[in-house]
Amino acid sequence: MLSRVAESLYWMSRYIERAASVGRCVDVNLHLLLDLPDLFEGQWDAVVKITGDSAAFNRRYGAADADAQSAVQFRAFDKLVDTMLGELDANAQNVIQFLAFDRENPNSIASCVATARENARSVREIISSEAWEELNVFYLNVTSPDTRQRALSNPAEFFRGVRRAGHAIAGVMIETMSREEAWHFSRMGRLLERADQTTRILDLKYFLLLPGARAVGTAVDDIHWMAILRSAGAFEMYRKVYGRVAAARIVRFLVLDTQFPRSVRYCVNNAESSLRAITGTPHKSFRNPAERGLGRLASELDYTEAQEVIGSGLHQFLDEVQAKLNKTGDSIFQTFFAG
Amino acid sequence: MKFHSYETGEFFDEMFYPGGAVRPEAKTLFDRIQGLGEGDLAERQKGAERALVRMGITFNVYGGDEGDERIFPFDLVPRIVSAQEWERLERGLQQRIRALNLFLDDIYHEQKIVRDRVVPRELIASAAGYRPACMGLDPPGAVWCHITGTDLVRGKDGVIYVLEDNLRCPSGVSYVIENRTIMKETFPQVFSGLPIRAVDDYAGRLLTMLEEVAPADRANPEVAVLTPGIYNSAYFEHSFLAREMGVELVEGRDLTVAGGGVHMRTSKGLQRVDVIYRRIDDDFLDPNVFRSDSMLGVPGLMEAYRSGRVTLVNAPGTGVADDKAIYAYVPEIVKYYLAEEPIIPNVPTYLCQRDSDRRYVLDNIAKLVVKPANESGGYGLLIGPHASAAELEEFKRRVETNPRNYIAQPTLALSRVPTLIADRFEGRHVDLRPYILYGKEIYVLPGGLTRVALRKGSLVVNSSQGGGSKDTWVLAR
Repeated sequence: MLSRVAESLYWMSRYIERAASVGRCVDVNLHLLLDLPDLFEGQWDAVVKITGDSAAFNRRYGAADADAQSAVQFRAFDKLVDTMLGELDANAQNVIQFLAFDRENPNSIASCVATARENARSVREIISSEAWEELNVFYLNVTSPDTRQRALSNPAEFFRGVRRAGHAIAGVMIETMSREEAWHFSRMGRLLERADQTTRILDLKYFLLLPGARAVGTAVDDIHWMAILRSAGAFEMYRKVYGRVAAARIVRFLVLDTQFPRSVRYCVNNAESSLRAITGTPHKSFRNPAERGLGRLASELDYTEAQEVIGSGLHQFLDEVQAKLNKTGDSIFQTFFAG
Repeated sequence: MKFHSYETGEFFDEMFYPGGAVRPEAKTLFDRIQGLGEGDLAERQKGAERALVRMGITFNVYGGDEGDERIFPFDLVPRIVSAQEWERLERGLQQRIRALNLFLDDIYHEQKIVRDRVVPRELIASAAGYRPACMGLDPPGAVWCHITGTDLVRGKDGVIYVLEDNLRCPSGVSYVIENRTIMKETFPQVFSGLPIRAVDDYAGRLLTMLEEVAPADRANPEVAVLTPGIYNSAYFEHSFLAREMGVELVEGRDLTVAGGGVHMRTSKGLQRVDVIYRRIDDDFLDPNVFRSDSMLGVPGLMEAYRSGRVTLVNAPGTGVADDKAIYAYVPEIVKYYLAEEPIIPNVPTYLCQRDSDRRYVLDNIAKLVVKPANESGGYGLLIGPHASAAELEEFKRRVETNPRNYIAQPTLALSRVPTLIADRFEGRHVDLRPYILYGKEIYVLPGGLTRVALRKGSLVVNSSQGGGSKDTWVLAR
């Protein structure tokens, strides 16, 4: 397979996954806002932090929760009124604009989908025409001005559409592409992006707690955790396995589970098998830096316990995993695309 | 949706006889359309356009923004060609391509046709498409123009003429195939009632031809399509053809010349390529030989080609034979190499380089179409009857300054086909571009791209100038 084509497939899938993940995250937090308007302080700031670049957001729209400290009660009242009127507060509108539509933000849904499509356009003879068509329709939809207007008045429907489009594209590819190189490069991109997104979503908890850690062990704490599970698309599957919400179990589920398709370990393991399907190198050995880095991370996750992660600091652990994923991305570039 | 107010006017109409009777080959379609409810066809037309957007069948507009993609407008009323007429066109096109190919091989070898004073030497030397770097080359099977898209037009007299030979990188065949797909979805009943010849095996034929012209020593030749990239106006077609053939679509930067052969850079190292269907112009193929500032080509490609390690399709240098001044000599070229009379005539052509012709052109410019010899895409031409006094003066000046670069032809009243304009039918002028493949033998795709000038009264059918397209139905009997 052409190096350029392999790279385009990899990035196409990464950006589709990223768009879907950002969409899910914003959607969940919009729901949270409607459930708990007065307990919502700091939430948007955290969402912007994990999904994008909060400095860029602040430059463009002012701080996400600028009035949080001074006017919590007034805001709660305003929000109640707004909610009754069926409108979003300015903050939420800004966040939706920034994370969903702002083309200056390279990680907004619209930017991700446009980048994915640009990559797909250069490989459209490689992916199936059905997959191309799904992505093209997604792009036409997300970039149309009508969609933007409708999203601000009915965000739930918009984000449902984003999730569905992400699933549709992945599903069409699963159903239509031979399990050959093109498929494995694209799957590897999707899984590495997903692993990264899951660590970011889990890190949301860290940013939420920053203001004073006062909510630990309360009902609010539970609601935060549930929001995190939902943002990771994990709530229903978590419930089936563990039932009650508890921090250590959530970490175990989102980081270490071997069966849940969005857990970091699942993603890393399967990305590794795609990598080895491409190179033909047997497991437990390596011939290039990409295999070495990804194999090492996979082994580490195989022998890690949730309590250990929490004990030594979840945020720091997630930070390290992210750094290793980045490094793996670099070595994939060096091994396959730089040629 | 009815035809009762439709006027054929003073033109040859492809669907109706003068006076309004339906031509026999169009009868089934006519009945079907008459049977549709009010607004039904317009609705289907919109559906067809939506499908094009959804499938991303678009072309990029030069000079527009990066994201400026448009669909090539598509009209649902097809052009129908009877079996009898097609049989003649097919023979005529095969004859013309055979002769032009012999001409190319001669020009890049002994130039007998020049020595025998059939074509003037200075016309060859001054043709922008002439490539001295190709002298003495021997492409496999002595085939130079593997893929041709010949533009045909029908005049008021009902005669079909060749308007242009496109021997370099003719585009549009993907629209022929996609238009057919959409038509089948839109008018399934008409298809079942008519013996319409299929066009969807074009990609298979193309691949077979490309494999046939591979270097002789390559048993299982690797074929690739070379594109300038996603911002090229025909990118959709490049990608479409590569996908339909199941071969790699490469850009210049994906290729490198090593050990005398051409290779693709892949995720598993270098891989040899044997046949390149290149969709970039000669000028950009190889910066070592042609334009040194080309970023699209591959350094060393021409050397690999010259040594027979890779086949380029079409061969470099074919542009000399579709120069519009050389075009005027094609009837002579056919007679010279084949000793046959041309089956499809040329449009009468005045070469501004000839003193007598130039005087005629300057005196009668308001009646003529004046064309630059080396442009395509409908750029830089003058349609006398539609031009202002200032434009006529400007073209007179250009013709006098650079006579070699201009030819003139009478303004043809191109034939028309009923076309859906808003919610009614109006006649619009069309041409027809059949596609011809030349490998071991010459194959003419039964159909072609019917381009239609959508602006009322316009004679310019190019997509860059407000043109659209129609499906072309060649009947089997």
